[in-house]
Amino acid sequence: MSEEILKLSEMQIDALREVGNVGAGNAATALSQIINRQIDMTVPRVTIMPLGDVPDVVGGPDAMVAGVYFRVFGPAPGSILFLLPRESAFSLVDMLMGREKGHTQALNSLDESALMEIGNILSGAYLNALSYFTKFTLLPSIPALAVDMAGAILSIILIQIGQMGDHALVIETEFTSAGGGVKGHFFLIPDPGSLNVILTAIGVKE
Amino acid sequence: MSELIKVGMADYKVGRAPASLITYGLGSCIGIAIYDPATKVGGLAHIMLPDSKQARSSENPAKFADTAIPLMVNDMIKLGASKMRLRAKIAGGAQMFTFSNLTDIMRIGERNAESVRIVLKALDISIIADDTGGNYGRTVELKLDSGGFRIKTIDKGEKEL
Repeated sequence: MSEEILKLSEMQIDALREVGNVGAGNAATALSQIINRQIDMTVPRVTIMPLGDVPDVVGGPDAMVAGVYFRVFGPAPGSILFLLPRESAFSLVDMLMGREKGHTQALNSLDESALMEIGNILSGAYLNALSYFTKFTLLPSIPALAVDMAGAILSIILIQIGQMGDHALVIETEFTSAGGGVKGHFFLIPDPGSLNVILTAIGVKE
Repeated sequence: MSELIKVGMADYKVGRAPASLITYGLGSCIGIAIYDPATKVGGLAHIMLPDSKQARSSENPAKFADTAIPLMVNDMIKLGASKMRLRAKIAGGAQMFTFSNLTDIMRIGERNAESVRIVLKALDISIIADDTGGNYGRTVELKLDSGGFRIKTIDKGEKEL
């Protein structure tokens, strides 16, 4: 196996999970303040999986989702994707816009901006944690939004990784709002070359 | 119900009627359906990238247009298809996200489509239906009893080519 991610030790994976934990914690706090509701999150999963299995994490390649996508610039480039089931995206927009629950059935351009802004805040909060651990300046690109099939949305990230190997390292956290209505997945997918850079910076390079 | 054979991302499958081959959620990836109407043998590939020679490391030839298509055609010939009768239908190659400064990776769908056309031409297999581009995902199904190529989208409806 020539792929570096297949050689990660348990300790290195633990360290990545801890970074993910703080990052997702920041993001969850930010989201909770915006929608004025408690947000619960799972402990991040750090998984190394064949590229084709990644869409299964969010319900399969034909699951209907909204995705806010960012490139991450800096010494450890990568991708961030905030994915919500389509209905969750509609509920989140209802909360943000002060509409009755179940009102939104399609996104207008203002709704789209609101979702991208939420993505901005979450990715910023997440990257702050990663910057804190690595001492790197990491900046997100402007957001891009798509509402479509999960496989189609994830393909943009999987293709980038596919140029380097057959597996993806996915740091993934699930959010749920108290009382239900909104859940989402937050993915951080480092570019293949970035992983060694991050591991070195957080002091667990072997 | 006849058998529905699922083709994953970066994979291909071949089969014969009355089965159907299906692949879900194509974005920038491309679905390549090749069919022999006489023997009703067909194949469906879900490729991610245009060219295996540009990849740094891979153990999966089904991921690339230049390696997946010839392998799939060989497997179809083993099932009794005749190379001369093969016709192709392709779909996918979308650009899912729009950024103002398009990097190469954003244009990957377009590059995939280009490469698929070149590879099919080199194999002397003509493309009789082409539904590539756009900014939306597609689920495609090749029906091996008829050769019909069904394309489903979320907002643009369904059609059969």
